[in-house]
Amino acid sequence: MENLLSQARQEPLWNTNRNIVVGLAALSLFLVVFPLFGPGPFYLHLMIMIFMYAVMSQSWNVIAGLSGQISLGHGAFFGIGAYASSYLYVQYGVSPWLGILVGMFFAGIIAIAIGIPMLRLSGHYFAIATLLIGISIQVIFQRWEMVGAASGLWIPLTDESSWSALQFHDSKMPYYYLFLGFFVVTYLLVWRLSSSKIGFRLRAVRDDPQAASSLGIDISKYKIIAYAISAVIMAPMGSLFAQYILIVDPERMFSLEISIMVLLMTVLGGIGNIWGPLLGVAILIPLSEYTRIYFGGTGSAVDLILYGLILMLICVFRPAGLISLFPKHWIEREKQR
Amino acid sequence: MNILSVEGLGKSFGGIRANHDISFAIGQGEILGIIGPNGAGKSTLFDLITGYTTPDSGKVVFDGKDITGLRPDKICNQGIGRTFQKLKPFADLTLLENVMIGAFARENDIRHARDKALEIIDFVDLIEKRHHFARELSTGQRKRLELARAMATEPKLLLMDEVTGGVDQRTIPGLVALIQKMKASGVTIATIEHNINIIMEISDNILALDQGQKIAFGKPADIQNDERVIDAYLGRVDVA
Amino acid sequence: MTFEIILQAIVSGLMMGLIYALIAAGLSLIFGLMNIVNFAHGEHLMLSMFSSFWLWQLLGLDPLFSIPITIVLMAFCGVLTHYLLIRYILKAKMLIQICATFGLSIFIRALAQFLWTPDFRSVDQPLLEGRIEIAGLFIGQPQLIASGVCLLAFALLYLFVSKTETGLALQATAQDREAAEILGIPSNRMFALGWAIGLGCVGVAGGMMTNYFFIFTDVGVNFALFAFVAVALGGFGSIIGCLYAGIIIGLVESLGGLLIDPSFKLLYVFAIYLLIVIYKPQGLFGRY
Repeated sequence: MENLLSQARQEPLWNTNRNIVVGLAALSLFLVVFPLFGPGPFYLHLMIMIFMYAVMSQSWNVIAGLSGQISLGHGAFFGIGAYASSYLYVQYGVSPWLGILVGMFFAGIIAIAIGIPMLRLSGHYFAIATLLIGISIQVIFQRWEMVGAASGLWIPLTDESSWSALQFHDSKMPYYYLFLGFFVVTYLLVWRLSSSKIGFRLRAVRDDPQAASSLGIDISKYKIIAYAISAVIMAPMGSLFAQYILIVDPERMFSLEISIMVLLMTVLGGIGNIWGPLLGVAILIPLSEYTRIYFGGTGSAVDLILYGLILMLICVFRPAGLISLFPKHWIEREKQR
Repeated sequence: MNILSVEGLGKSFGGIRANHDISFAIGQGEILGIIGPNGAGKSTLFDLITGYTTPDSGKVVFDGKDITGLRPDKICNQGIGRTFQKLKPFADLTLLENVMIGAFARENDIRHARDKALEIIDFVDLIEKRHHFARELSTGQRKRLELARAMATEPKLLLMDEVTGGVDQRTIPGLVALIQKMKASGVTIATIEHNINIIMEISDNILALDQGQKIAFGKPADIQNDERVIDAYLGRVDVA
Repeated sequence: MTFEIILQAIVSGLMMGLIYALIAAGLSLIFGLMNIVNFAHGEHLMLSMFSSFWLWQLLGLDPLFSIPITIVLMAFCGVLTHYLLIRYILKAKMLIQICATFGLSIFIRALAQFLWTPDFRSVDQPLLEGRIEIAGLFIGQPQLIASGVCLLAFALLYLFVSKTETGLALQATAQDREAAEILGIPSNRMFALGWAIGLGCVGVAGGMMTNYFFIFTDVGVNFALFAFVAVALGGFGSIIGCLYAGIIIGLVESLGGLLIDPSFKLLYVFAIYLLIVIYKPQGLFGRY
């Protein structure tokens, strides 16, 4: 079958679907010019939350969707990023840009430290461990005097908006572009990861660890790599959020709700698919912002009732997520038959 | 030159001796057929050699190196590939992607991995199905997927576990031809088989197991006439 | 730090440990049967405590007497959980199974918070209250009775699973579901039974604790975590392991709180989890 083989060889590596390319271009354009139409602080805030959660959910997607390990305490890395950069700024005046890198470093180290004992074992062990850690870290930070214990840290306001101190007082627009930038970069990186040797091997680990092992893949090592990458993606969002609200405390930064949200958004949208998290975020963030307005104080309880219900329904009826409802050829690579 | 040498290999699970004092060797470029009734310990033997289970006793020497008890991924890096009796394709990936993962054992570049995978898929005659998802393939095609995937790791020794089990009878000659092709390309093969005709046809040597122990080892003609093998496995034909 | 204070802590840890053991046993039974970790176990405990509380608040039933009702309610809850949720995810990937029971836990807790507010509640002057003095130690009567009842329930559970015909049927289903089916044991009903018993255990524990514990919507969280650790320590799938594990955890929590710092109890238990996972993942009596 010589001609078939040479024909196959000439196929491009990435059959990029025209729909997707066009759609992405249009979306990018829209996102870039959106603030220039003066939408007002509420909508800017909404978009900022969408970008932030899109990154965090994608981070969860890397460990859960790409390598098949469930993390029930992923919010811990968000908090670590937030505290790392904020503490360095408050205590030593270190620029938040550097603080972001430090936060990523600590998140990665902690992920590896957890991963080494836990990822060798069945998924249940790891899931329980992440739950324990999520809550333990919150407990530690609530009592740690050095970082303000339960009251946390207040980030001193600069006189004027500043890019070096990463604070903007007059408008949300710079924050918007900041989060947008991180969002785009993260998604590009995850896309590159997913279509690289590591990405392939992670999927093998997810789908059948025994077979993967027979093909030269060190299962534990790859699971740990995935966990570390996912933690490193998550941490900057905490740092940026700290710069956004200018206060860092265990309640906000280590809340269980963050862990729940990133899990829910990815599972709802479509776990394992690069666009799944974004879809879930686009649905749930506006929903949560509106219930907050509508229900006021009890809003978060109503939110969670809904989230729990949605999660159960998805698991039963559509475990592949809502993205599986889209016509296959929209989201998958074209296949030559 | 023996590429694989197994000495005194043994493993017990609870009270059951799955493998007991098994010793044999495979010469480079040969095909070793492994036969025996169900429960004789054949798959366990593969698990012991490829690191899925740690032996209680004994040694496995491959290409001059002691590889006893190494992890499966390290075994693959040493140059031993295997297929599984219970097929394990990566169901949500395409045939091409499946084989690429095998190729990544030796390649780092995605383009090279893809090209090598294509070559191997062509070798096993499945090139038209390269973009089909593994779950869409028939049993026979999945068996070839596993072979292709294992071959992509460039093994010096390939352990095949019941490759012709459960496939359409008509595809068997094709599979046999494929195995011969693989041998011709320089791969040493050990294959567990229930189909006696195939084993007799392709094997240079045969290892017969029963109840965890080696009961015979030798050329096909000798094995065919071996009393113990006949009793345990082949069965007698009473000529009235 | 007198000897008496330490002894006090040991006794109190032992008593609490027996309660942890029963809660963990319920979790372990469910896991052993169908390989599903009930991440909503803590919330189920919370429900049992609230059931006992509301029966007292609205009907004036003392928690001691309402225990049978709570047990039946929780058993029913277990059957409901199986038929409405678990049944559909039995064949799903582990990831989805974990998300499903995790979702259930979020749902139950949020619903409870919405209906009953997060306020702390307690039962005034239950029948079981006060302290008794034994050998110079002051032991709370409700705690003592609670741990006694839990130990009894544990023993009954163990006997049931290992000696009765139904119990053996459960074991058979746990070991090899298909083989059991062929022998005429309906696995779906066995699973539902497992859930009923598992949550029934939780009902006993929760009902007894209402006598002396605060009842609030988040009360289950810590108990659930301790239960997970207990099951891992005892060995996934081993009921007897839960007894030893529960006691160990109770003691570590109590002594750790006394000798080091009470606010970090969770961390001590977490340390146990780490040690098991690193050195003996199968736990004390596990199957893995």
